[in-house]
Amino acid sequence: MTAAARWSILHATMNQMTLFSARHWTVTEVTRQVRAALEKDENLRDVWVEGEVSNFSQPRSGHLYFTLKDESAALRCVMWRSNVSRLSMPLRDGMAVEAHGHISVYDAGGQYQLYVDDLRPLGAGSLYQEFLRLKDALEAEGLFDEARKRPLPQLPRRIGIVTSATGAALRDMLHTLRRRYPLAEVFLAPSLVQGEDAPAALVHALHRLAALTPPLDVILLARGGGSIEDLWAFNDEALVRAVAESPVPVISGVGHETDFTLADFAADVRAPTPTAAAELASPIPLEELRLYVAKSQERLDAAMRSRFDAWRVSLASLRDRLRVVSPIRRIERERQRVDDLLRRVEFSVRNRLNLVAAEAASLQKRLNALNPAAVLARGYAIVTREDGALLASAKDAAPGDSLSVQLHDGAFRARVEDSPSEEIV
Amino acid sequence: MKKVENLSFEEAVAALQEIVETLENEQRPLEESLALFERGQALARRCMALLDAAELKVRQLTEDGEITDFLDA
Repeated sequence: MTAAARWSILHATMNQMTLFSARHWTVTEVTRQVRAALEKDENLRDVWVEGEVSNFSQPRSGHLYFTLKDESAALRCVMWRSNVSRLSMPLRDGMAVEAHGHISVYDAGGQYQLYVDDLRPLGAGSLYQEFLRLKDALEAEGLFDEARKRPLPQLPRRIGIVTSATGAALRDMLHTLRRRYPLAEVFLAPSLVQGEDAPAALVHALHRLAALTPPLDVILLARGGGSIEDLWAFNDEALVRAVAESPVPVISGVGHETDFTLADFAADVRAPTPTAAAELASPIPLEELRLYVAKSQERLDAAMRSRFDAWRVSLASLRDRLRVVSPIRRIERERQRVDDLLRRVEFSVRNRLNLVAAEAASLQKRLNALNPAAVLARGYAIVTREDGALLASAKDAAPGDSLSVQLHDGAFRARVEDSPSEEIV
Repeated sequence: MKKVENLSFEEAVAALQEIVETLENEQRPLEESLALFERGQALARRCMALLDAAELKVRQLTEDGEITDFLDA
């Protein structure tokens, strides 16, 4: 008889047994009661159990029998052959696994056990399977395409932050922004960042930030480090879609460097940590901005200086050209000619003066020769009448005339005694 | 044209960059060049003043849709 057949027979038997109520229970009755109690428990109908495999055996039937144990307890497990095909790897003792199934009782053995319908190595959890499935689906939809990624603003003015209002992530980001880029205005939309309600809260926060006017320049979606379960909200499909559809570029910074969430893939830029996200949101830190402005100032000065230099050069060249065509040049030439002429005039005048002076000197000589005094010295006399007129002719003298006789060394008066004769004395 | 003292840092720095490039690469009349130069200097001063005075402002969106100052430690 197979275990399944045995199971169904026992089950039918026990249903009949409920008709009776006996003070003295049979083993079967007690066992049935225990099983009923266990199967009634919702919590035990659908469980994942982590533990280490021991006492593993696989008889010819193909069913698997083993025990899961941890430090302080052990749990018998059975996995029917029909489920065994789902195993991704052969089981062996010592493996850490998580097994899914329900708890019930194996009457014949008097044991409760886990009826396993799914089993996988610990760590490759269902969360991860779900992650991969959703990732593939969203990727196929194009949500993660590089072409969707928008460039981040160089100088954001308004920065949105979605994170927990009390977490270290927020503190780190504000610290980073304060240090690197205090020019910005930060808008915090606080949100749960883990737990069942976190995805909806994160989506809500994103939407509120996206609705602000004027629009934000960039949004940081961040959470500090934690277990994969802690970060799970960031793999939520609705959140991933909200990130991809955000009208404002989103930088994600979830967990640590090694954590990748689907929100990271959908974000325009994925930062390894919240602090790194804040750094990406402030690509040019304060000191660089100072340098840039100072440099711009220098360039401004230099550009103006060289512009002025160029103007000066072209001005000087214009002035030179102007000078060539200028009337001043002609005036100067003319002035030179005038000077020339003046010099020549002066020269000729001086010549002429010299000539005149020479002539005057010669005349002087000749004049000196004609001086009456010089003649008188040679023994001649000048005779004048009383009226002072020169007596130049003997005929002008009559006897009795009083004459004045001038010699070279004196004069005296004389009287004409007789009539003049033509003889020369 | 907006007054320099009303410009945000981003606006001022963008305007400054444009002026620097114009003066470096284009021949403009003297008077216009001088005006650009003066505006450029004012922009650079504005930028520096904004950098010196910058203090991160943090606002919080409250549940009832208000925006309040966020006071963190």
